[in-house]
Amino acid sequence: MTTTLAAPPAPPSPVPVETEPIEVRRSTGAIRRSDTFGILGAAVAAISLSAWLMSQLLIFQGALPFIGFAYIFFVLFYGIVTRFDETGMVVRDRLVAVLVHSLAILLLIALAAVVVFTFVKGAPAFWHLNFFTTDMSHAGPLDPLTDGGILHAVAGTLIMITIALAISIPLGLATAVYLSEFPGKYARLVRTVVEAMTALPSIVAGLFIYATVILILGVPRSGFAASLAITVMMLPIIIRSSDVVLRLVPAGLKEASQALGSNRWRTVWNVTLPTARSGLTTAIILGTARGIGETSPVLLTAGLTSFFNFNPFSGPMVSLPLATFTFVKSPEPNYIARGFGSAAVLMLLVLVLFIIARLIGGRGPGVLTAGQLRRRLQQSRQDDYRIRARELGMTTRPTQRPKRPRRRSTPGGA
Amino acid sequence: MSGDLLVDQPRTLTTKHDRSDVPFRLGTRSASFVVLGIMSLAGVFLLVQGGQALGADGPKFLTTQAWDPNSGVFGIAAVLLGTIFIALTAIVVAVPLAAGTALYISEYAPRQIKQTLVTLVDLMAAVPSVVYGLWGLFLFQPGIQDSTRADAHQITPGAVDVSQFLATWLGWIPIFHVDGFNPSDPLTTKTIFTASTFIAGVVVAMMVAPIICSIMREVFTQAPIGEREGALALGATRWGMIRSVVLPFGRAGMIGGTMLGLGRALGETIAVYLIISPIFTIQPHILQSGANSISALIALRYSEASPFEISALMAAGLALFIMTLIVNFGASLIISRSRSGASSD
Repeated sequence: MTTTLAAPPAPPSPVPVETEPIEVRRSTGAIRRSDTFGILGAAVAAISLSAWLMSQLLIFQGALPFIGFAYIFFVLFYGIVTRFDETGMVVRDRLVAVLVHSLAILLLIALAAVVVFTFVKGAPAFWHLNFFTTDMSHAGPLDPLTDGGILHAVAGTLIMITIALAISIPLGLATAVYLSEFPGKYARLVRTVVEAMTALPSIVAGLFIYATVILILGVPRSGFAASLAITVMMLPIIIRSSDVVLRLVPAGLKEASQALGSNRWRTVWNVTLPTARSGLTTAIILGTARGIGETSPVLLTAGLTSFFNFNPFSGPMVSLPLATFTFVKSPEPNYIARGFGSAAVLMLLVLVLFIIARLIGGRGPGVLTAGQLRRRLQQSRQDDYRIRARELGMTTRPTQRPKRPRRRSTPGGA
Repeated sequence: MSGDLLVDQPRTLTTKHDRSDVPFRLGTRSASFVVLGIMSLAGVFLLVQGGQALGADGPKFLTTQAWDPNSGVFGIAAVLLGTIFIALTAIVVAVPLAAGTALYISEYAPRQIKQTLVTLVDLMAAVPSVVYGLWGLFLFQPGIQDSTRADAHQITPGAVDVSQFLATWLGWIPIFHVDGFNPSDPLTTKTIFTASTFIAGVVVAMMVAPIICSIMREVFTQAPIGEREGALALGATRWGMIRSVVLPFGRAGMIGGTMLGLGRALGETIAVYLIISPIFTIQPHILQSGANSISALIALRYSEASPFEISALMAAGLALFIMTLIVNFGASLIISRSRSGASSD
């Protein structure tokens, strides 16, 4: 028998290497045309029916009942329409979806209204430059908006928050480090007391400073007293959130540092704090936003003035929320516009702080910024190139060796 | 072979601090001493000062409905209940809104806008309460403070209309009853509905809703993906999945978040102070004009107070503090005992 030799393997076909098909993300949404029609039909029917009830039968009047009735009819009709071709379980699912969507829309509209309303009502005061450059010392209640401003309140807010931060950042961070580094009975006691004090209502913090510093020690009402009240309120908040952030630092990193021979202090300074940097910054900034916006402790301790006062230790000083509060208690429309203007400035201040907090912190440990990601990618490409060049037998001269980007001290770097 | 060789003697561990660690330890420890000092001073001072008034007043402090410490007749029955009514109204309004929004963000929202919504809600949680107070003062009570807004009333239906609706249709329920309101009288004024517990509660609800929402959203998104997919794979609808996986997983977080919101609502001062017209009797009709709260009482009375009245205010503040303290500790206990809160802190 002749055995036929197996044909030698065919030479590789000139067909190009099979490229992976580009994956297109498939839509997993399950909105069918009948769903859309169901929603639209129910909405049209509901609006028409309530319009008929309002205009022809005169059962109710006004926008609010109209919206209420239309909503109830919509839910009803939508449920019936869906029931035509779905099971009861699906109908329940759809109705809950409608409810959840409407609750979310309601809350978001209400919150948007808070912001828009403040800016719209504050706009008349807001467009005059003198609103930001002068104080209220020469502006009486009947003076137009072209006279007087809130510079004194802006300055007061900044001075108070600076003093409060100068006290609470070192104290708060040191305490938080102590709590996480030297656990024990005493640390537990401090943690419990701090946690309890986060529940302290801000007005009680103000009352405490008013009774001790102002009434007993005899310090007159001043920016400094107000800063102390803000500090008493802010300190527990900062300590608590910093403590949480510090406890999230992986123990492996600290142990590695100590295994390399560094002492506690070095470990904290070079490993723990840099790792927790973004979280700590967020904790401080959010505490600051809370402190800036508090009215009641300042109301009790700062006194009231319409003059520009740069000295926190003597004379009353006013802050933005307190200025807002006093302005809107007046019946004069110009004062009210100024109040809304101050509230808008205060919100902008909080917004800026919040954006800074988001940019710095707001990302978990190990999550990279765009720049860090780019550097990592670049380095990885260069490594890939180098390795492939070596496999092909090309020697890379030292001068051609890709320059390594400066490594950040982030943990877990490649 | 003697047995005592086999017995493992526990070694005594000695920690030798590096020389540079000593100032570090001392420094942080003294900082914690200072903090503990300030915090306990505030607590002890409240106790001592408040105790002076409490000792003079005795148990009457909890039952008297008046505030005149200088003649010895004072108690927090009215303001304490007022505080609780306002906070409860706020929670009843805020929790459905917050829970719905949290569910929307974590389960329904399109991927593209999810992060924006999260940031937005967190930002609203940081907005100062005085801003919410302004909103409530001018949008909910048109024509009271600012006559120029009287005409705007028709286009911006506010909480006063809701009050009127509730009083008209649900007035037979005691808490919704309003004295002197006759639904069939077309000349009835809306002023009997302003400055009420309900309006203050709605404003405080707007203030605490973002806080509650952000806690609930955090918990909902932590629900394990495997269990979610398991439920969906077994044929559950989205609501079925939410009910069987997300809500049970997040239940403790929902309760804890609600209680934290309640704590904030109890202590809120300025938004309440701007809206209510203070009264010193118990007002169980939440829609009716006139309300009060402990923090508003302090803000109202601190300035021209005699030393004894200050200590009476301190006692009222102490009662408020104890209430928020219980609520907050309860919240953190519930959160930390739960499955969803075990990993976080």
